[in-house]
Amino acid sequence: MADIAFLLLIFWLVTTTIDSDVGIKRQLPPPVPPNADVPQAREQNVFNVKVNFLNQLLVEGEPLDLEQLKNKAKSFLIATGDGIMSHPVGGITVGPEREVVQVRSASGSMNAAFPERVWVREAEVKAKVREYEAAVQAAGGAGSDKAKPYEGALELWKEKLTTIELLGGDYKELPGSALISMQNDNNTTYDTYIQVQNELQTAVNELRDEVALAKFGETFTALEDRYDRNPDDDELLKKIVAVRTLYPQRISEAEPRQATGY
Amino acid sequence: MSKFKKGAKRGMPAISTASLPDIVFILLFFFMVATVIRSDDEKVKIERPEASELYRIEKKHLIRYVNIGVPMDSRYGTEPVMQLNDAFSTPAQIQDWIAKERLTLPEAEQSKMWVSLKVDKATKMGIVTEVKQELRYASALKVLYSTAGRKRTGEE
Repeated sequence: MADIAFLLLIFWLVTTTIDSDVGIKRQLPPPVPPNADVPQAREQNVFNVKVNFLNQLLVEGEPLDLEQLKNKAKSFLIATGDGIMSHPVGGITVGPEREVVQVRSASGSMNAAFPERVWVREAEVKAKVREYEAAVQAAGGAGSDKAKPYEGALELWKEKLTTIELLGGDYKELPGSALISMQNDNNTTYDTYIQVQNELQTAVNELRDEVALAKFGETFTALEDRYDRNPDDDELLKKIVAVRTLYPQRISEAEPRQATGY
Repeated sequence: MSKFKKGAKRGMPAISTASLPDIVFILLFFFMVATVIRSDDEKVKIERPEASELYRIEKKHLIRYVNIGVPMDSRYGTEPVMQLNDAFSTPAQIQDWIAKERLTLPEAEQSKMWVSLKVDKATKMGIVTEVKQELRYASALKVLYSTAGRKRTGEE
């Protein structure tokens, strides 16, 4: 009996692999139709990461070590444009232990390279929600074809309202066009590419964890894990949406081009 | 008259092997649950890069694999090539392949297909970028860069 069982066991060991389907997930952008007009984001709203064929990084026009990339990306994501890196969210200052970093641009102004965060205030958001609710009603109620564009906008404003309610106050949001852009050379190695992607992802995740820990006593990753297991938990979803709205993940890849000049 | 006999030396009794099959069966079941059947052989050498921000795809049947690396058999060259299912392919074949693989999924899940890119870490980005572009044209936008795990930078 034991011999047979052993045979089966060994057969199984040989024919199978231990599962290892983990990695960095990415949503590729849909293909751009030829002749499409691609809107250009404002220079200060884009965090440029370029990697050359020697696997060297050029971040915002300056050479940088991979180890420093995470903190630089973080400061981009929470920058207010006036040199103050941390900003209060309902009484709690996000990342109070972080030092204020000043970056002088070529023209001499401070932190000009950072996107300016804009205030999202409760009264304004509530007014917008009411406005769009009325618009949906006027267009034939929820579900009708005409109301669709309004419903999308309504959803967005409701998410902002959730964020304000859960985080306990007005917050500053990244402008819509703010993004982290990565560009690599054809001769960059895949390892470097993944390391850069990973560091950028770490920057977003750590900021999210920080805020989630301060507000909900749990890291963002833990929240997401818990939501994966019970997807009917609306309270949990709201928390996740709130953190996501505060720190949106905007890591994009530039259209590939044959460039070796940098 | 004592009940306890002293001095009667008995050897160590042999361990019963009656439960051995049970133990081995438990091991077998553990491995059956913890592993997956290898569906196709990897024909390229892949040493995965390490990353810390990992995502695990729970629904395995939704994943399709694209392998990129140097062929194991040096007769096929020493430059990185791409392997789809069991055969070496060119990036130009990706769109057809994606279309075919989509049909193997139930209709409701066709849009949820994942493409897992298993790429050797020494590969140059040229071929990877080409593959990514083809995936975009094929509207297979959910991509997982397969990696091994490590700690976050700066964490002990």
